[in-house]
Amino acid sequence: MRLELRKVRIRDVRWGDVTKVEGGTLFIDKKEAIAVVAEETRFAHVDLELARPGESVRIIPVKDAIEPRVKIGDDGAPTGYFPGFCAPMDRAGEGCTLVLDGAAVVTCGPIVAFQEGFIDMQGPGAVYTPFSATQNVILIVEPIDGLDPHAYERILREAGLKLAVHIAARCAENGVPEADELTVYEKGTAHEEGKKFPDLPKVVYVCMNITQGLLHDTYLYGSDIRPALPTLVHPNEVLDGAMVSGNCVSACDKNTTWHHVHNPIVASLYARHGTEINFLGVIPTQESTIMDGKLRAARMNLSIALELGAQGAIISEEGYGNPDSDLCLNAKYFEQAGIRTVVVSDEAAGTDGASQGLADTTPEMIAFVSTGNVNEMLEVPAMARVIGCPEAIANLSGGSDESLRPDGSMFVEMQSITASTTEIGYSRVGCEWV
Amino acid sequence: MSESNEKKIRVVHYINQFFAGIGGEEKADCEPLSKQEAMGPGMALKAKLAPEAEVVGTVICGDGYYGEHTNDARERCLSLIKAFEPDVVVAGPAFAAGRYGFACGDIASSVTERLGVPALTAMYEENPGVALYAKKTYILPCGDNARGVAEAAGRMAAFAKKLVAGEVKGPARVEGYFPRGVRKNFVHEQPGGERAVEMLLSRLRGEAFRTEYEMPVFNKIPPAPALKDLKNATIALVCSGGIVPMGNPDRIRVSSAESFGIYDISGVSDLTPDKYESIHGGYERAFANRDPDVILPLDVMRAFEKQGVFGKLHDKFYSTTGTGTAVSFAEQFGREIGEELKQSGVDAVILTST
Repeated sequence: MRLELRKVRIRDVRWGDVTKVEGGTLFIDKKEAIAVVAEETRFAHVDLELARPGESVRIIPVKDAIEPRVKIGDDGAPTGYFPGFCAPMDRAGEGCTLVLDGAAVVTCGPIVAFQEGFIDMQGPGAVYTPFSATQNVILIVEPIDGLDPHAYERILREAGLKLAVHIAARCAENGVPEADELTVYEKGTAHEEGKKFPDLPKVVYVCMNITQGLLHDTYLYGSDIRPALPTLVHPNEVLDGAMVSGNCVSACDKNTTWHHVHNPIVASLYARHGTEINFLGVIPTQESTIMDGKLRAARMNLSIALELGAQGAIISEEGYGNPDSDLCLNAKYFEQAGIRTVVVSDEAAGTDGASQGLADTTPEMIAFVSTGNVNEMLEVPAMARVIGCPEAIANLSGGSDESLRPDGSMFVEMQSITASTTEIGYSRVGCEWV
Repeated sequence: MSESNEKKIRVVHYINQFFAGIGGEEKADCEPLSKQEAMGPGMALKAKLAPEAEVVGTVICGDGYYGEHTNDARERCLSLIKAFEPDVVVAGPAFAAGRYGFACGDIASSVTERLGVPALTAMYEENPGVALYAKKTYILPCGDNARGVAEAAGRMAAFAKKLVAGEVKGPARVEGYFPRGVRKNFVHEQPGGERAVEMLLSRLRGEAFRTEYEMPVFNKIPPAPALKDLKNATIALVCSGGIVPMGNPDRIRVSSAESFGIYDISGVSDLTPDKYESIHGGYERAFANRDPDVILPLDVMRAFEKQGVFGKLHDKFYSTTGTGTAVSFAEQFGREIGEELKQSGVDAVILTST
């Protein structure tokens, strides 16, 4: 399976007459882009804004971030992306994908009022989110009156994907420059690679996803993972739009759709495939709200790993609290079966850092990578421009009534910053003892 | 460079009667005293502190006296220390001596807490003083006997200078002291995903690896014995699902709660959406706000109470938001609510979570 990512580096974003890339600048035809989103009649209002790295801008409340990408056919024409959403149902991970590298579509607007985050484009808060370094096209929507929150989550999720694919597709149609970088991911099936590298240790990656229902969901090929069972996918599929976030959870540790295609664990394992390890594949799995669901997912994750002959595994959590139990079960079952594991998780150690960081523990979890304390407090200054609604901080996880001061500065927990402690290990932040 | 023009860092050194050369166990009841000079292990310390810092005084107390008259010894030592106007206080090293470790830990933590002066000590990892005082002061590791004095003095001197300069900013393992039980965010060289893969490779090769979080040990609480007489039992409702009277009068946080609320429900038989709401920040509240009873089942409990299934429903409910809540707060809420329920004669409680 061979995936070629044609990365066109985006260094600036501006409004233009035509959506295209020229000289590293992404131009957006605002009217056309709004019209694409407004095809959904359940939006009462649709608007777009731009935010660039280094600007004095705060975006709040943020739901998701999506990298503009589109699949390019043999004839050079764009065909869509995110199978099951903005492309016909087909296998992701093969062929050629145009990537507007360094750009992001950021969705903004009231969802359930407290499970979104914020992005600062400069200052101390900017350090903790990758989206302070991307050229952002921000989609701000309001639903029609009386729209059910679940329906609203869905249309906003789909609108973000649609806008990101639209932008990339229009760029492809309007003479996109040659790629600045070609990244190729190529690997055979687990069976083929096993024959090629019989002496290398076999490794799987168990990617846990928030699948709790009530707006806490993740999608694989357009299908909600919550009522599904753990499965196995080729790493290329993950890196090429098979997984989509539908999550309205604490902003710090949800895997945005942007993060899934940039999954650093997948990329790091891939980089060592054939030299140090045999990377068998990715197991996207559930975090159920019921005990049987937790036990079933953990047992089935192990079944898949054992069937493949795995000797090592990396397990990443999504969210904190309740899913800590799923993380423990996975680590426990894998270690007991003789598969060496490393888990990646954040901690909720309290604002003073003195509390126990996990809601559940198990002695088998001996190799732990920390992505930070979600409760640590951070002072962020006022920004000259706020996109969205600054008062939303009062209701975001990690914020409170007193977070926003009259001068626009805020004193907040890390968890209110989008992707500050992502547990697929994208950021360099981690907890240490002091 | 003229040294006399430089203001030197003033260091006060605390040691016991043995290291002050007063005597061994027979002199352990020696009461606090001070000397305007470095002595015993202070000589090595003095050498390592030079030239920018100096030992301006030594405060001495017998280990027996400190252990048996702790409050008095502490007060007298603190005033002797204060008289030297120190910039930093160094205690010990206590090596493996338990009573000396206790005194050093107590002095170092009290100096910082009471005098606002930075302080540190050093001891062997198994010295009981480490478990007692590591959370309250800086304790540097050292050997288990006085042969390690030169090395310990060097480390203490360097750390003291760093502490005064406000440069102790890194993780405990890098700065070289026993962790004080606090987790702090740092920026690593590598992203988490890369660190995870490196750690796994070490494990697969059978090499040593360093976990970034040692598993905490849970405080397991045995459940209370089962109710013997449900018919006459008083039952209370406690929930972490964020149900509160409309408007959240106690301003309980939507997440990372640091408080809980107590609400009177005498005469109330149904939680109606005009009077109650959910403020929980961890789930979608649409259903809870349509009917708060789905989180805190007051309607069902009142019906059972009427039918005589149980004796009486406690006339208050207790509520907080359980999402991102620090375990230390959860423990505190549990203790306080439990105490109040016990005093109110409640026999059993139904805990609802989300």
